Formats: sequence, structure tokens, C-alpha cells
Amino acid sequence: MDLVFFLIFAIIAIVSAVNVIIQTHPISSALSLIGVMVSLAALYLLLGADFLAMAQIIVYAGAIMVLFVFTIMLLNTGGETGTAAHGAVRASGIPAVLALLVALCYTLQRFYPSSTQAVFGGFTKGDAHSIGDALFKQYLLPFEVTSILILIAILGAIVLARKEID
Amino acid sequence: MEFIVISLIKSAIVAGVLLTTLAYLQWVERKVIAHVQVRMGPSRVGPHGLLQPLADVIKLMTKEDLLPPYVNRFFYLLAPFLAVTMALISISVIPFGPEVTAFGHQTFMQLTDLNVGLLFVLAISSMGVYGIALAGWASNNKYSLLGGLRSSAQMISYELPLSLAIAAPLLSAGTLSLRQVVDSQSGYSFGIIPQWSIFQGPFPQLISFIIFMIAAFAETNRVPFDLPEAENELVAGFHTEYSSMKFASFFMAEYANMITVCCMTTVLFLGGWNPLFPVSLGSSYVPAVVFALAGAVLLYHGLNYARRLDRITLPLFALVFFGIAVIFLIPFLQVYLIPLFWFFAKTGFLLFVFIWVRATLPRFRYDQLMGFAWKYLFPAALLNLLVTGFLIALKG
Repeated sequence: MDLVFFLIFAIIAIVSAVNVIIQTHPISSALSLIGVMVSLAALYLLLGADFLAMAQIIVYAGAIMVLFVFTIMLLNTGGETGTAAHGAVRASGIPAVLALLVALCYTLQRFYPSSTQAVFGGFTKGDAHSIGDALFKQYLLPFEVTSILILIAILGAIVLARKEID
Repeated sequence: MEFIVISLIKSAIVAGVLLTTLAYLQWVERKVIAHVQVRMGPSRVGPHGLLQPLADVIKLMTKEDLLPPYVNRFFYLLAPFLAVTMALISISVIPFGPEVTAFGHQTFMQLTDLNVGLLFVLAISSMGVYGIALAGWASNNKYSLLGGLRSSAQMISYELPLSLAIAAPLLSAGTLSLRQVVDSQSGYSFGIIPQWSIFQGPFPQLISFIIFMIAAFAETNRVPFDLPEAENELVAGFHTEYSSMKFASFFMAEYANMITVCCMTTVLFLGGWNPLFPVSLGSSYVPAVVFALAGAVLLYHGLNYARRLDRITLPLFALVFFGIAVIFLIPFLQVYLIPLFWFFAKTGFLLFVFIWVRATLPRFRYDQLMGFAWKYLFPAALLNLLVTGFLIALKG
């Protein structure tokens, strides 16, 4: 049962990911990206990380992608149009991507032949309590530093945007 | 196998009740607004217009299904589907009642109890934005686009105070499972005051309850925050180009969202199915008394009728209400019905508030709407969360 769901969502994730690239309209690409995020969340769920799965949907598929879609809609950009070099790029790009994939698979097989396999539902420390414990006890300093970094980024964005308006 | 059968039965019951409520909520809304405005409301189809929802459904289904040219076909068709699915799905984690034994099987009055149930509802509601945003964009119509843009901006903005308002009662409950949230609100302080979140110590969550309700109005695109479909500036907003069942899907989504949000408020702040005062003071007789009183009022109006038809219909309805009152007195059924009564009474009251507000308040201006969320609601929610966290930490 788990394997069936894994295969379904894995295939959706890969198809959506490929779709992000081959779609010519930005909205279609953005929505395919949402498909990737949601199926990734389903995969997290299969592994037993409930909290992470929901956070993935709320933060990535919900909040961030809404902003993407919002911006695309606001600018109302049309679909991409091919350039003169389109055919040549495609002819050289597709073999290059395939070569990269082969190289990746080979490297993984070669250097991590005996790494432990993930087990469905095997990740037991995924509930809110354990994550809270990890964030606020074990990784307190990195967590706070990241928060300040994000705060600085937000302030920076506001300062830059204001300069534009003035 | 047993699990699958029980789940199927429960899903059928919940879906049936939910869809009927959806249809009749609209009748209730029209009646209430009519009476607020000193009108009669629907009264032609069936006694007191009770068959109006049925007539509306038939009308919507038989209308011509128009597919305008120049729309983005795929997304135009996907949008209403997305909106209505995301609106209906979150009812599956709402707990309606405690654990009961029916025909020898122990089961919860809830479709499924996730240990991240609350996050699930938030996740689904954040996905619901796409239905509206896509509808606006795919329609290829400037009014629709503006409606879609407004709605996404509004829903992102109000999601923040909403989530912060939810976080405060969760601190005292200490769990993300909706069932355990309700369980943490059972019991009475001083033997009389219910320990619902809005009354519970150390810091009663009255402020976050109000913030949650205000944000909920915005999240469901209801008056006074129905800017996405402001008819006097945007025709009909994001669903201008939709007709027939596709329009009905958006309509259903709005009402389903309203029901979900009211259920969530009941679960988080009003103690779910826990009665207002202890059983020892006779709270299990409340449903019977309420229905008997309603029956008595109907009987009185039937005897002193205003219209000739009322002479027959009102006593008939009174009889039905007396029957329900008697059912609530049967000890064997009380185990199931009393918790459900309290849950539906609270949710129903909140739904009434939604309708009441719609009949009372005018629409906000768009900049007021945004300013209100970011300048007042968000800081207030943040402060409330801080104070709650501090007091709970002090208590230990």
C-alpha cells in the first residue's frame, strides 16, 4: 500500500518537475511547481514526518507559491516565445541533461552502494514536540541566528523598495 | 475491513449532512437577511420557501453551461473544481462528538483524527486561494483578474493574524490534534464556568477569539471583506465569467468554507461538544427544552395565524419540533445526540453571526482592509500570543 502511494506521488512529483521546465507560460510553470511541492509533502507523510509535510504545504505550496502566482498575475506576462537559437539549444541541451542524470546515478551507486534505505513510517521524531525540542534546545543558536538573518533580509527588502518609490 | 466499512458509513453521513446544510444555509441566510430588512424572504416554493434550495439547485444545473472564448481552457475549468474540493475536504478532521459505541463498534464522531489536524486545515485553506486566483486569471477579464488579485492579497494578509490567533489557545491545549484540543477544554472551574478557551485561565482567549473571527470573515470573502466580488466596482469579481454548475461550485465553496471556519471556531474556542454548564445542573435537558419552546412558539403562531396557510403548516412544524424534543429525552439516544446538539448549536450560532454581520455592515474600502490587517490585527494577535505564552510559562 505504501509502495503504491510512493510510486503515485513520486511519478506526480517528477512529471510536475519536468513540466515546470517545458511549459512556456509562467502560470503553468508555477502551478506545476505547486504540484511538486504537494507531492513532496505526500512523500514526507509516507515517511512519517507529519509536521514537516503540513509545514511544507502551508509554507511552500501555500504562502510562497501564492506570492509567485500573485506576482505573475500582477505583471500579466504572456507565454515565452522561442528565439532563433531555440532548436540548437534544445538539440544540445537534452543530451547534456541526460548525461548529467546518468553521471548522478552512477556517482550515487558508486560511492553509496550500501547506504540504509528509507523505511515508510520509519521516521518517528517528526511530531511537533520533537521538532520544537530540537529547534529550541539542540539547535537554539543556529535557529536564532537564522531568525535574525531573515529579519535583516526583510528589512533590507523594505529599504530597497522604499528607495525605488522615493 | 471493519475500518473501511465504518469510515465509508461515516463519510456518507458527514457528506450528506454537510451538503444539506450547504443548501439550507443559503435559505437561512436569505430568510434572516430578509427579516433584518423587514421583508418576508423566499416564500413561494414550498411552505415558507423551504423547497427553495431544491429549486435553486435544479435551476443551476439546467442553466446553459457557457464556455467563453479567449479563456485559458484548462485553468478556467480547473479553478471551480479546485475551489470546491479544497473547501469540502477540511471537514474530514473536524471532531463533532466524543467516542461512542454504535452496534458494538467503538468509533469517534469524526472522520479521522490526525495528530496534525489543525495544520491540515490551515494547509488545505491555504491551497483554496488558488481556486479563486486562477479563476480570476484564467477568465481573461479585467474585472475577474482584479477580483482574483484582491482575493489572494487579502487571504495571504489575513492568514497571518488567523494563524497567530490559533496559536494562543493551542499553547494552553498543548497539542495539534483537534480532538485533544476539545478534550483539554472539558471540565468546569468553580463548578459552573466551562473551561472553554475563551473562559480558561491563566489568560482567557477572548482577544484571539475576536481576531480569529475577524480574520475568518476575510478568509471566507464574506461581507464586510467581500472585496473580491464587490459588485458595484467589479461586476461579480472572480466568477464574472462563470455560469451554471461552475458558478455553483464557487457558491458552494464559499458556504463550505464558512461552515468549516465556524466548526474550527467551535473546536478551538468554544469547547467543541462540551455543554455550557455541568450535567449535574441539568444541561442534558437543554436540547429538549429548546426544541419544546420552539414548538410552543410555532403552535402559538399557528393558532393566531397571520396568513391562512400558517393555520396548517405551523402546527405541523410544531409537532415535528415536539417530536425532536422527545427524542432528546430518550436515554439510549442521549449519548449520541447531546454532544452533537451542543456542537451544532455553537456552530449554528456562529453561522448566524456571519449572516447577521452581512445584513448589518457595509463593505470596507480596499486600502482600509489591508491597513486594518497589517496595522491593527497583526500586532494585536502578536501581543496576545506573547502575553498568553508568558502567562502559561509562569504557570509552569
